[in-house]
Amino acid sequence: MFRLGAVAYDAKVVPIWDGFKAYFESNGLEFDFVLYSNYEAQVDAHVRGDFDVAWNSPLAWIQTRRILEAAGRRASAVAMRDTDQDLTSVIVVRKDSPITTIADLEGRTVGLGAEDSPQATMIPMLHIAEAGLDPVADCTLRYHDVLRGKHGDHIGGERDAARALVAGDVDAACMIDGNHLVFAGEGTLPGGSTRILARTGRYDHCNFTILDDPDRPDVRQFATLLLSMSYDDPGLRGLLDMEGLKAWKPGRTTGYDLLDRAVDRFGTIDSWLHARTA
Amino acid sequence: MTVGGSVVDLGDLGFDEGGHLLVDHALRHIPPGGRLTIHGSAPNLKMHAETWARGRGHRVDAGPDRLELVRGTASRWTNAETAGSPGREGVVDHPSASWGVAARGAVVERGSPAFDFTLTSKSDLWSDDLAALYRQGVAAQWDPFTAIDWDADFELPDEIEDAVVQLMTYLVENENAALLVPARFLGRVHPHFKEVVQLLALQTADEARHVEVFTRRALLRRDTLGLSTAGGQASLKTLFDEPDFALAMFLLSVLGEGSFLALLSFIAGNAPDPVTARVAELAAQDEARHVAFGMAHLMRHASEDPGLRSRLRAAIEHRHSSLESTAGLNQDVFDALVLVAAGEWTISGIRSGFGRVLALKDEMDAGRRRRLMRLGFEEEEARRLSGLHTRNFM
Repeated sequence: MFRLGAVAYDAKVVPIWDGFKAYFESNGLEFDFVLYSNYEAQVDAHVRGDFDVAWNSPLAWIQTRRILEAAGRRASAVAMRDTDQDLTSVIVVRKDSPITTIADLEGRTVGLGAEDSPQATMIPMLHIAEAGLDPVADCTLRYHDVLRGKHGDHIGGERDAARALVAGDVDAACMIDGNHLVFAGEGTLPGGSTRILARTGRYDHCNFTILDDPDRPDVRQFATLLLSMSYDDPGLRGLLDMEGLKAWKPGRTTGYDLLDRAVDRFGTIDSWLHARTA
Repeated sequence: MTVGGSVVDLGDLGFDEGGHLLVDHALRHIPPGGRLTIHGSAPNLKMHAETWARGRGHRVDAGPDRLELVRGTASRWTNAETAGSPGREGVVDHPSASWGVAARGAVVERGSPAFDFTLTSKSDLWSDDLAALYRQGVAAQWDPFTAIDWDADFELPDEIEDAVVQLMTYLVENENAALLVPARFLGRVHPHFKEVVQLLALQTADEARHVEVFTRRALLRRDTLGLSTAGGQASLKTLFDEPDFALAMFLLSVLGEGSFLALLSFIAGNAPDPVTARVAELAAQDEARHVAFGMAHLMRHASEDPGLRSRLRAAIEHRHSSLESTAGLNQDVFDALVLVAAGEWTISGIRSGFGRVLALKDEMDAGRRRRLMRLGFEEEEARRLSGLHTRNFM
């Protein structure tokens, strides 16, 4: 039995993995999944060996990798969505805002997503910091925590930050690039009402994480089946739509540098990691 | 804005203002792997192009002065199926269950759920006259609140008014059946046969209106309604018990509503007051259309299915045998008809009314025989089968 761990950040998670289970089993891979309410519990269970592959947020990937490395082991990313690669985050201000540079954010209120959101908090904060402003000391940070422990998977935190920007409660709001367009389409950020103050560097998002040997036959079978899922297949298209991709890509771990730097700079997981590696 | 070749110029229109529509339109002509150059001056154009493309399986290839979108291979329309074509020539014999509620002629994504419509065969449902009948039906709609002069000045003897109330009570009961029987089939018909669905919907709406006006006429001068008999309801219940669409429509529309057409015309022509005459006249117009629908459907069906007539015959005989032990037409209804035709509480009026009601029954019988013969029954058998029709008229 090949087991997957995933975080239940939304009710749709159950039909998604039920669908994958049916797909894998109809293709000869005995498969099951375990759901966790937060990524930290999932990472602990993964390291404990409770399941084989984790569907990890970028922060959970770093948490896992660092625990493994501390123990002299290794973690690999075997697959990810096409939509997980080369993302950016943006710092958005109102169109008529006097803020035109990162330096102008000094003394201002910055709307973020959940405290543990890579895309709506950690990477934008890193961008501000690397531009020369200490976001913790020089700005007022307003988090929008929706479902903490889910690493910002739920769009609600970013949407709340966007709403706060429109309402004038914050001077800038941080979000993943694609959500700027999503929020325009749904009217949360009316088209033309905002200005992109800054765009971060590129980074990757979720991946399927394997511990130790990524060439195990069951892992290879899992990855092969995953990569052979076609959007042309009407039986799978609904699943892929729900999970937000058109095609699975082979995993890569080159897109996590920004988050690694953010974790180091802000000490986001220091105490958590220390408790597990000391 | 310009759209042409493999270049699209969005002007100053951003993706956050609908610019994606122009890009999507231009992409229609570009094969997977092909490139579309995007020009535009909107703020954030490149970023929005990237995020929009990412979500759709495309990718962006950009330089300092260049923004190109490379079309991906994923498309939800791969192997999509066209659900017939919109006109009547596009009606297929057996539409797919997964065409579902899509418009006839629409392109249907593969993987759409299968609907469990149970009436899905053209030969069971279709007639080329349907679209014309629907157009006539829509054009003939009337408003029960304005088409009748509810304030018309008249006064009837109590006995005659009571008879009108009894007759209206009977009509409402029958119209309830005429509404619900087709309604039960309506939800089972594959909407690929949209003209059938439209006609059945119109028919149920017609009957709902009849229920409205007959009830209102009954209560125009009285606070209570008349009588409903077990025999009358038993007769109507046999219509609900018939599971076959063609047979149910035969019993209801051709025989039942055919008889009612004569009944309503009789009431319209013999009513003691203008309101009763008008509601019957309007309802008769609708019933004539329902009969035409039933006949059109069955005549086509009979021409393609030689076994249909024996099934129609069996349906009449079965219904007759199941109603043999019931009383037939409510005596109160018969008497009410006599009094309504009489129009006055006098010996001469009653004699006249009685005679005209007997003539009505002959007229109903003649109409049924005529329709049975149009469906291909020999004259003698049409006479026999008409005689087996329920004494309750509907």
